[in-house]
Amino acid sequence: MSELDFQSVGFTYSGTDRGVEALCGLDVSVDGGEPVAVIGPSGCGKSTMLLLAAGMLAPDSGEVRVAGKRVNGPRLKTALILQEYGLLPWKTAFHNAALGLEIRGLPSAEIRDRTLGSLSRVGLTEFASAFPGELSGGMRQRLAVARALALDANLMLMDEPLSALDALTREDLQDLLLELWRSNGHTAVLVTHSIEEAVFLGRRILVLSPRPGRVAEVVDNPGMGERDYRKAPEFYERCVHLREVLAEEGAVGRLAFEVTGS
Amino acid sequence: MSATRSGRWGSETGGWGRRLLGYAGAVAVLLVTWQLLSIAVDSPALPTPYESISEFVATFASDLAPHLLVSTWRVVAAITLGTALGAPMGLAMGRSPRLDSVAAPLVYLTYPVPKVVFLPVLLVLLGLGDLSKIALITIIVFFQILVTARDAAKAVPGASVLSVRSLGAGPWQIYRHVVVPAALPDIFTALRIGTGTAVAVLFLAESIAGTSGLGYYIVDSWGRLDYSAMFAGILGMALLGVLLYEALEALESRTCRWTRVVR
Repeated sequence: MSELDFQSVGFTYSGTDRGVEALCGLDVSVDGGEPVAVIGPSGCGKSTMLLLAAGMLAPDSGEVRVAGKRVNGPRLKTALILQEYGLLPWKTAFHNAALGLEIRGLPSAEIRDRTLGSLSRVGLTEFASAFPGELSGGMRQRLAVARALALDANLMLMDEPLSALDALTREDLQDLLLELWRSNGHTAVLVTHSIEEAVFLGRRILVLSPRPGRVAEVVDNPGMGERDYRKAPEFYERCVHLREVLAEEGAVGRLAFEVTGS
Repeated sequence: MSATRSGRWGSETGGWGRRLLGYAGAVAVLLVTWQLLSIAVDSPALPTPYESISEFVATFASDLAPHLLVSTWRVVAAITLGTALGAPMGLAMGRSPRLDSVAAPLVYLTYPVPKVVFLPVLLVLLGLGDLSKIALITIIVFFQILVTARDAAKAVPGASVLSVRSLGAGPWQIYRHVVVPAALPDIFTALRIGTGTAVAVLFLAESIAGTSGLGYYIVDSWGRLDYSAMFAGILGMALLGVLLYEALEALESRTCRWTRVVR
């Protein structure tokens, strides 16, 4: 059964002089437990899509449904991980990770257990009392993931969560996200600019068209999650294919295409 | 990582020693300058540090302490009141464009007016005692905190609000978890600046009306040409300032620990 549904969704940002149409007639359906990656040119409404799914924005037309119910605000079992991690610099790692549970008013013993559990799953146990300013970029990203884990979310919405990291840390975090998806089996929607990341973490990859965003193409990626997928020839083929699709959409420059294509 | 942490604790424990050393150095510089100036001026109007400090020590318990206490009470009450009123209003203005559009013109019109001009009115309305002085300083602190809190609330990163909102936070929880902690360091800066103004205005108010407080003590000694007593009063003012700044410092390091983090 589909967990997340966009039914001919349109959204326009009301600007100062004229509105910007971000999405138009977007139809997407994500099955429960399915990991989906969303890729497309800058400003194609990828982030808007996640904000709509998280209930942070309401569509101008069409409907967004999660678990069969129309989204009309934040949902308890949805976690949103933002580009800038969304961490609060004035809270320790523990309290950043616990924030969702504190806002929900859970008993403090349960908050403690769940938060410490999620911090340990991302390997941050010993940094529980550190502030985000004391953590490296990769650790901050782990912390943002820990917050989502503490919520015990079954829908993870990630908006370019790894874009600020260096290449090695990035692969490390991609492995972590994959491992967590394997053990939790949550539905995941990952918005990314990186072709390799989309192929590594998306069993289905949605390519959005430039503004206003629509699904231009869907790339199936059944090999996702296999052992050492990054080193598999199939992984490389998918990347090349995805790059071609994106070039047709005008998302990547001809130069980038020729370099990998050669 | 362990390096930054030990660095943080190191700076905290070493902080007190270094602060005391800093004060000792500052006091030494001031005393030497003062001594040299009083020799150069060679007038009873500028007694030497030795004369002033002896006077301070000799009269502290009997004369000076009650005045210092009264002044401290007035300025602390006014700063507390001004902050308690100014901070929430400023934060609310910064977060609500509608409220801001109504309140901002009022603030812009009244903020530049020197509040000291209201002293005569306040003296008539509230009398010569504590109330008029506390009210005057409250108004001054109120505006400084209001304007700072408003700008700080406006500068709160949208991503912070969004991430907390996505966790299901309502307006009050956004204040509690995001807006207030984000604005606190700026509010403390405004408090430090405001404290200087508050003490200056306190002196003025006390010297004009009433028979208590350091301002009165200083001007009264001056009138009696008792310059040693006058400078003992000035030392009292300096002491009051140090007490206020250190209290703010202690409060800030407790509530804004994250700003002291080594980056």
